[in-house]
Amino acid sequence: MSTSDTIFRPYSSSESLRSDRSAGDRQRHREKVLESIRDNISDLIAEEAIIGQSSDRIIKIPIRSIREYRFIYGKNSPGVGAGDGNTEEGQVVGRARGQEPGPGPAGNQPGIDYYETDVTLDELINIMFEDLALPDLEQKRLRQVLSERTFKRRGYRQVGVHAHLDKKRSARARVRRKMASKRVAVERSDGRFPFHQDDLKYRHRVPDMKPSSNAVVICIMDTSGSMDTMKKYLARSFFFLLHRFVCTRYQNVDLVFIAHHTQAREVTEEEFFHKGESGGTMISSGYNKALEVIRDRYHPDHWNIYAFHCSDGDNFESDNEATLRAADQLCEVCNLFGYGEIKPYTLHYESSLIEVFENIEAPNYQAVMIKRKEDVWPSFRALLRRERLPETTTTDTSA
Amino acid sequence: MSTELDIAELREWDERIKEKAGGFGLECYPQEYEICDHFQMLSYMAYSGMPSHYPHWSYGKSYEKLKTTYDHGISGLPYEMVINSCPCIAYLMRDNSLALSVLTMAHVYGHNDFFKNNFNFAQTRAEWTVSTFKLHAERIRSYVEDPSIGRNEVESVLDAAHALSLQLNRNRALRKRSPKEQISAAVERARPAKDAFQTIHKRHEEPAIDLNKFPLEPEADLLLFIRDNNRQLTDWQRDLLTVVHEEAEYFLPQIETKIMNEGWASFWHRTIMNSLELPQKLQLEFLVHHNQVVRPILGEINPYHLGLKIWDDIRRRFGETGGEAPATSEPPDFKARGKLFEVRETDRDTSFIRRFLSDELIEELGLFRYQARGKDEVVTHVANEDGYDMIRKTLIDNVGMGAVPVIKVEDADFGRNRTLYLKHYHDGRDLELDFAEKTLEHLFFLWGRPVVIETLMNNRGILLSFDEEGFDTKKHS
Repeated sequence: MSTSDTIFRPYSSSESLRSDRSAGDRQRHREKVLESIRDNISDLIAEEAIIGQSSDRIIKIPIRSIREYRFIYGKNSPGVGAGDGNTEEGQVVGRARGQEPGPGPAGNQPGIDYYETDVTLDELINIMFEDLALPDLEQKRLRQVLSERTFKRRGYRQVGVHAHLDKKRSARARVRRKMASKRVAVERSDGRFPFHQDDLKYRHRVPDMKPSSNAVVICIMDTSGSMDTMKKYLARSFFFLLHRFVCTRYQNVDLVFIAHHTQAREVTEEEFFHKGESGGTMISSGYNKALEVIRDRYHPDHWNIYAFHCSDGDNFESDNEATLRAADQLCEVCNLFGYGEIKPYTLHYESSLIEVFENIEAPNYQAVMIKRKEDVWPSFRALLRRERLPETTTTDTSA
Repeated sequence: MSTELDIAELREWDERIKEKAGGFGLECYPQEYEICDHFQMLSYMAYSGMPSHYPHWSYGKSYEKLKTTYDHGISGLPYEMVINSCPCIAYLMRDNSLALSVLTMAHVYGHNDFFKNNFNFAQTRAEWTVSTFKLHAERIRSYVEDPSIGRNEVESVLDAAHALSLQLNRNRALRKRSPKEQISAAVERARPAKDAFQTIHKRHEEPAIDLNKFPLEPEADLLLFIRDNNRQLTDWQRDLLTVVHEEAEYFLPQIETKIMNEGWASFWHRTIMNSLELPQKLQLEFLVHHNQVVRPILGEINPYHLGLKIWDDIRRRFGETGGEAPATSEPPDFKARGKLFEVRETDRDTSFIRRFLSDELIEELGLFRYQARGKDEVVTHVANEDGYDMIRKTLIDNVGMGAVPVIKVEDADFGRNRTLYLKHYHDGRDLELDFAEKTLEHLFFLWGRPVVIETLMNNRGILLSFDEEGFDTKKHS
């Protein structure tokens, strides 16, 4: 037995001596988790739960933890457990791997470790939209929209928070005071000439609004009878993303909602997202309504106009020509005209507007096909990333 | 929770515990305690108790996991966190009650004695532990801070190295043969057996042996092999592999002696606590905590419980009572102690279970063997005449490094294009394919050339490979 004295290191209550050593590694781990959320985001937003929710809602996302892979034994590896003495052969003691976590000796089973991360819908949406922007936003006259809220410097103050202290100016002020006081002041015994409160200069900042261009986003949705629940759901998901995107990234963008069957009318956001209608389909009506709104309120010289339309493309044959004409006109006045065709089933042939629209030559027309929930997000991205990917003109994300 | 540990009081208890432990014959490194709060405790746990450790996100992950379970009250913090070093470092939580702290200290002396005396730990160089880990941390931090390397580069090498770190030579008592010795051994193996009648028999043909094959003998230390034989690696990458390998080697004895070690510490904390003549209040609290720690967990193996039971059984069988179960509150007698100390020196979990987990004990513990059948895990053997051997064998296969597949490098120049050919020494258990795929990817990253592993899946030979085109499986006869 060793005779040397046991050492006790007392607890230090001082924060500075107790470094949070794992902070860096936790941070890096968190980054990796967010990366994995980013990678799986289309799955996450395909979950119905998040669509149409308020933005401060906290979403619990079960995340399969970032796995550390090693060579391990698989399913046919037997194990030993302790029983209560009444265990019998053939008794089921747990679920096999890949089903549910079951009992197993430590270290043998990989385990499916999920843990939950709290993310608010806003955070999630920030991750989703971080590299997207309304394409081709142009400078227009009579700018109103404030896109960025930053601060800029304006002058100096005697008071302020320490972070804004201007060291150079403060030092200069001290020197100045020193020179000025040379003749009158009695020198301190230690020869020092310390800073005085009056020497300190703080940078002053004022909020800075950066005006960017006016913009309006026109959402046109087909609410006809052929749009069944599934199709409506897909369309609404698309517009929900669009709505959230515009609200998140731009301070003051106008949104116009238009619902149409054979007739079109402007509706409120609430109605747009929550009401269903029925009837035949005359898509030109929706477009003409949009054109009418643009004529009345959003002059293309003053406004950046974005029009998005979701429909199943099942238009009255006779209306196609009028629709094409209206679409051409829309392309003329809009910065971007996006068309999303919703075709959840490919069993039987349905008329498709994408084919009709193939004749549109305007470079600012773009079409996407949405077949499943999982397509909504990629199509959405495809529409809004156009500026960055000029070579993609028509993106069929179902491929 | 308002109780704060009083160091003077702890020191008094420590003196008494140390005296008792010495009296029973435990032989320990000098002991060092650090009083910490639960945040620090979680941090120490995340980094295996090391005061200094290199950074990697996986430690952040284990911190988060520990913290989640702690916050949700799924698991309380362990009473002990102790590292194999000289002086032996252990942590005491300031929020713990006095009884719990005294129990922890008694328990820690058990571990301390085990670290110092068990043969598995002989090569861990306990007096250098803390400084070695600190040096590793400093080296790796210097690579991270080097602008020509950076965090991401270091991280990807560490990710890959961590995936392979347990693929190492598990029996460190066996010396590795030098290349020269390997050649003479290969020649020796190839030579035909001695023939007493060689004068009248037809002469054997000299067998052809390929001495250019590399490695001549299968190599288990994967990281070291890559370090020494992949010429593309830079010095800092080699150093990272060395660091990860050395840490794995350091923790190997702890993996190999989990059950023995925990059982031993529990055995001695009980003996010491019982001999301290605690005031009743402390005694009751000690019993509560003790029973919590060493209780069996249904359907699982609790190393504290199993270990303690086996040590108790050894004491009963080899003690002076002649097979009668002695009172656990009494310290073991002289004869029993001799056997106990011998076993604590010479065994590891596998041999410990093989030698001392008797049929009767299996029966008493109600152990059973289970296996996946379809979607369920089904009991295949229970504690009876037909089951004892199977249960014991399965348990041995699952303890310590038994849970890690044996994989060795067979050929570093397979197909004459520097493909790394590995073989999984199949013992009836298949590899988990998902994990094998991702691990091979890491291996491919480190080796820089295609990698192939030979194994069995559902009794059929199969080659898993990873190269520029990704993962692939092929039949193998």
